[in-house]
Amino acid sequence: MARNGPTWRRRTEKVDGFELSPSDSEEVHVLAVDDSLVDRKVIERLLRISSCKVTAVDSGRRALQFLGLDEEKSNTGFQDLKVDLIITDYCMPGMSGYELLKKIKESSAFREIPVVIMSSENVLARIDRCLEEGAEDFIVKPVKLSDVERLKDYMTRDVRDGVRNREGINKRKQRDSSDELSSSSSPPSISSSPSSSSSQPSPSPSPSPSPSPSPSPSILSSSAPCSPSSTLDSPTRRLKMANSDGPPSI
Amino acid sequence: MEVGQMQRRLVDYTKSLFMEGFLDSQFLQLQQLQDENNPDFVVEVVSLFFEDSEKLLNELTRALDQTNVEFKKVDAHVHQLKGSSSSIGAQRVKNACIAFRNFCEEQNTEACMRCLQQVKQEYYLVKNKLETMFRLEQQIVAAGGSIPIIEMSS
Repeated sequence: MARNGPTWRRRTEKVDGFELSPSDSEEVHVLAVDDSLVDRKVIERLLRISSCKVTAVDSGRRALQFLGLDEEKSNTGFQDLKVDLIITDYCMPGMSGYELLKKIKESSAFREIPVVIMSSENVLARIDRCLEEGAEDFIVKPVKLSDVERLKDYMTRDVRDGVRNREGINKRKQRDSSDELSSSSSPPSISSSPSSSSSQPSPSPSPSPSPSPSPSPSILSSSAPCSPSSTLDSPTRRLKMANSDGPPSI
Repeated sequence: MEVGQMQRRLVDYTKSLFMEGFLDSQFLQLQQLQDENNPDFVVEVVSLFFEDSEKLLNELTRALDQTNVEFKKVDAHVHQLKGSSSSIGAQRVKNACIAFRNFCEEQNTEACMRCLQQVKQEYYLVKNKLETMFRLEQQIVAAGGSIPIIEMSS
């Protein structure tokens, strides 16, 4: 099977009588949740350029509907479109990303799906809360290509293989025949200008981020999830500062 | 003007936008996401930003015009605007929003109204700049040239 050289994943031509279609490939399917149209457009593009299939929805409610978890609407048809990763904004009207995370982790059918939280507010307490609830990772907005590439790393390595191994053959066949998602991923065509953050030794916050020395105490706002709170000098923030902030030197 | 000159003019103009803080590295990120399969990506995202922002600015004007200002609502709108401006790299708009949110927290109507003026100013400035930049790009393409890629170390 390997005699033609390149990875078998995205070939569409016939090989030895087997027809490999894109849906047969191991492309990751990501469900992106964000109420901001601008952010949805950006995250969609970031994911597609990283060879992911993307379904983008504008609310936690719609995400649950898509997964077939919404109590009021049942969307059994969609359950064949296997989701490999959910990436959601934290601050959303109605159901927050945190609430969505909880609902997913409470569901026996979907708790295995890794959930990544995005937020423009870099609040250590918020990050901790999400990680404790089972979030795989926490990305500080604005989201960059290096953030998405990092996700792909651990998706292909342990998590996704684990999820897929549990699927069994039958589910895979189901998925192949019903996979009609509109988004066909575009092959990565940028000769990537090296993003410095991808060379960091430990880019993602560990499940228990070590508290960094900070002069100001954290102000926790528990009532309104997205009310203003002071930013702490958390590991994530420090990492981002080192990578990309400040005016680019020209 | 021949293509080479146009390209140089575009590069100089774009660089000035970064130097003056109108745009930050996130805008470069967007440019990296554009390719021959998605040649209008940046224009599309920025257009969405313009639409979104103008809606938000109208909402903000209305909200601050009320007798009893609902600061939570005002803050929510500013938060949204801060988010989208950050996502496209409109740095000065984002910074103006950050200042704005502080005054929302203080529930200071006068200061909020000043902030809104500031945000509007920054918004229209960057809108103007970006539209000029896109026009320069269009001229180059129309003349058969290609858009030069600006390499920057971030």
